[in-house]
Amino acid sequence: MSWRVAVVAELRDETDTARTLALDIADWSGHTAGQHVDVRLTAPDGYTAVRPYSIASGPGQQRVDLTVEIDPNGEVSPYLARDVTVGEQLEIRGPLGGWFVWRPAQTEPVQLIAGGSGLVPLMSMLRARAATDSSAPFRLLYSVRRPEAMLYADELIRAGKLEDVDVSLTYTREAPPGWPHPVGRLDAVRLEVETWPPSVAPTTYICGPTAFVEAVADLLLAAGHEARRIRTERFG
Amino acid sequence: MTTDSFLDGNAAAGVLREVFAVDVTSAHGQCVACGNTAPMAESRLFGDAPGLVLRCAGCDAVLLRLVSGGGRHWLDVRGLTYLEFTDESAP
Repeated sequence: MSWRVAVVAELRDETDTARTLALDIADWSGHTAGQHVDVRLTAPDGYTAVRPYSIASGPGQQRVDLTVEIDPNGEVSPYLARDVTVGEQLEIRGPLGGWFVWRPAQTEPVQLIAGGSGLVPLMSMLRARAATDSSAPFRLLYSVRRPEAMLYADELIRAGKLEDVDVSLTYTREAPPGWPHPVGRLDAVRLEVETWPPSVAPTTYICGPTAFVEAVADLLLAAGHEARRIRTERFG
Repeated sequence: MTTDSFLDGNAAAGVLREVFAVDVTSAHGQCVACGNTAPMAESRLFGDAPGLVLRCAGCDAVLLRLVSGGGRHWLDVRGLTYLEFTDESAP
């Protein structure tokens, strides 16, 4: 699979530290929700850095949206989330990855669990569901540091009002005034209340920082979920 | 090794597509060392080594190594008993 040119067509700030890049890619053949692309940046001296970024948009859209959260120690994300300009060309390779994906032909209940910007590929799945006549029951549990860090807030509120889509939030550092739940790391009690029980045999997608994904997957296994129904994506 | 930071095999999909015509990350691979069989996407990717290393999520043994440079790829898959692919063209 070769590198191809993507043109930055639009930039949208999602939060103080995250930005969506809408890309025009000639002859893009579409993607499956959950897939990613590799982005390659080349410095004037020829040094290159390649990083995977999840696709945020649903399949079938004209443009491919990547939402990039700044990793302060990163080589690539500060550039993409702060410095890149409309009209600029990026090198990309993809779509990539056929495991951490949701296809509209799947009819079983789906559990999405996101930590921070791990929401991005799961958002593509929610958007894919909304764009088709899928009636697969979806639940999303989104763990976020504080209210201002929430990605796609308006769209998630709308999504949560759809029949058979449930959106729950958990805050790890700071919650809005009057928030009825504890603030802090996701624990077994909250996980049990906000996710499908093992008895409905959901397919579960967990995406977030490595420690988050490990902790949530362990809690789900301890609660009786089958390992083969849990799919994970860690981003370090 | 488990204390080091790692990603999933998922993130290696692009590099592996340099070598393979199909997506290796959605194939199931069996670990020679412990017999665990899992999607390669769920293996552990250590990308800080020269090239990339995929390790078994069950026992940490090396499943696959790929080093690229100078217009060549070196692929070592001796940690895998087999890879099982879905035939996308099958009815």
